[in-house]
Amino acid sequence: MSVELWTWIVVGLTFSLYIYIATRQRAKDTEGFYVAGHGVPAVANGMAVAADWMSAASFISMAGIIAFLGSDGSIYLMGWTGGYVLLALLLAPYLRKFGKYTVPDFVGDRYYSQTARVVALVAAIFVSFTYVAGQMRGVGIVFSRFLNLDIAVGVLVGMAIVTIYAVTGGMKGITWTQVAQYSVLIVAYLIPAVAIASKLTGMPIPQLGFGGVLDDLNAIQTDLGFGAYTDPFSSLSTLNVLLITVALMTGTAGLPHVIVRFYTTKTVRDARWSAGWALFFIAILYTTAPAVAAFAKTNLLDTVSNQSIDQVRAENSWFVSWEGTGLLAYEDLNGDGLINYEAGDGNELTVDRDIMVLANPEIAGLAAPITALVAAGGLAAALSTASGLLLVIGSSIGHDLYTKVLKRGTTEAQRLRAGRLAMGFGVLVAGYFGINPPGFVAEVVAFAFGLAAASFFPVIVFGIFWKKTTREGAIAGMAIGMIFTFVYIVMTAPGLMALDPWFFEISPQGIGTVGMIINAVVTYAVSKMTAEPPAEVQAMVDSLRIPEVASAYVEAGKV
Amino acid sequence: MDQAIADYWRRNIRLKVVLLTIWAVVSIVLSILMINVLNEASVGGFPLGFWMAQQGSIFVFVVLIFVYAKTMDRYDTELEATLQGSQGGEA
Repeated sequence: MSVELWTWIVVGLTFSLYIYIATRQRAKDTEGFYVAGHGVPAVANGMAVAADWMSAASFISMAGIIAFLGSDGSIYLMGWTGGYVLLALLLAPYLRKFGKYTVPDFVGDRYYSQTARVVALVAAIFVSFTYVAGQMRGVGIVFSRFLNLDIAVGVLVGMAIVTIYAVTGGMKGITWTQVAQYSVLIVAYLIPAVAIASKLTGMPIPQLGFGGVLDDLNAIQTDLGFGAYTDPFSSLSTLNVLLITVALMTGTAGLPHVIVRFYTTKTVRDARWSAGWALFFIAILYTTAPAVAAFAKTNLLDTVSNQSIDQVRAENSWFVSWEGTGLLAYEDLNGDGLINYEAGDGNELTVDRDIMVLANPEIAGLAAPITALVAAGGLAAALSTASGLLLVIGSSIGHDLYTKVLKRGTTEAQRLRAGRLAMGFGVLVAGYFGINPPGFVAEVVAFAFGLAAASFFPVIVFGIFWKKTTREGAIAGMAIGMIFTFVYIVMTAPGLMALDPWFFEISPQGIGTVGMIINAVVTYAVSKMTAEPPAEVQAMVDSLRIPEVASAYVEAGKV
Repeated sequence: MDQAIADYWRRNIRLKVVLLTIWAVVSIVLSILMINVLNEASVGGFPLGFWMAQQGSIFVFVVLIFVYAKTMDRYDTELEATLQGSQGGEA
């Protein structure tokens, strides 16, 4: 059977599984729709967080990005995992204790202000939309590369499937689908990684084996003028590595679609444990990715560098098939028939970073069903993240805006319908941007993390750990932090105004760290100058800090 | 009861400070600021700084969260016991 047929079969099977799960776990009320009825066990929630978190970019592109960044690829590895420590210690248990549905819920209640709620819901919608468009695009790209469908058709298929399982299932359906999607994507990632590790090093565990190729890789890269793979700060300054890492960490901790997953556990204890499980499940992929990066880069350089193009094409069928997709492109500039892959103008081979993961099964000589599984894994990663983001969009519009700000939706059925309609609207907008991506797709990530770092993270941490943070302080801090970050990214991002980074040469990806510091300073200063929060708000903060059972005693003591 | 709750919160904060200090040392100090110093040493084929930045730091993060969850479970249980005891005494 051909790879394409296998891909149809495997993708069809996994999609049927997602729909089956969602129809079994259909949400019947708003609590089920927004927070899965607060009934998700810790380990299952950990898996769901991992799938929610790991997007098409983590699955398809990250290893390739690291392969080209070398040591500096650690910004993504540490940035996208270290944030979970902040989340587990500073946010998740307290937000679970708060017990409502959304991040704007917390901001609005804690800061006793509809303005704060509106600022938070605008930020949540903006961050989620920028992120979800990329996921829909990711679905389209997987369909086009593995099944030769038009990207637009792929996006439409993705929209249809998300509508079926996320809009009807709500958080309850999404949670259990994400558990299944995690299982699919991690198996799809590990099988080729183990195979290529065994092939290159004889050691099946990628994390251990990849030390063995680094000397070779450094030597080849230095020869070709790329610089040693393991040398730090070759593509970014030390300051930028630091600021980008911190921005990604705090942004991770402030992303609404990740935070709300911790509202779904049964207890505060479970919220803490599920953060640990989440990072455990994420770490399986995130410690494998840099190994895949080093293996794929070594293999690529070994195979192509200074070899005759005819021989490479004859001996490596994957080379020919990926040339067909445009991910590999060879142009014989000096007419010698050899592949000169090097730093500088003489380079004759253009390599798309995504090939590092997509071509792995063929490079490792694995059978067609494994290639099909990689396609299903990429789709699982994109769909699980998309559904989590769409839930945030649905809850921000259907719950925060419609119910809490506009005070509409008197019956449970009306509120549930509002949530579903809002999510359906989100699918349409996300699909539109997936088919017609704005010209700054790469900067979207900088936006989402920068804005989450500069808005939600400080405002929630202050709200929990400093009782005297006032409404005025929080609103001023969020607004100034977000505006500063937004303006700087628009001015400096390559796809937008593309000015030279004017602020200490800080890259747009790292500016969220500065925005966060500005937010914190403004929040503190303004809070000091304004009237203390009301007593009942301070009492609410006290109640967030103690376990459920202690709250029961406090309540009993009052009576 | 207020005293027990205040103590619980103080211990919680102290635990966070310890764990977040380890978090910052491992990620920011060892894996970024001092990466070149660590790279002088090598372990299993890896320059040490490179290994910390791409592998070791992630393992440490996972352990930190589980240590936090485990320790907080204990603090929760102890607080519960104290509250139960004090209430029993008053009744």
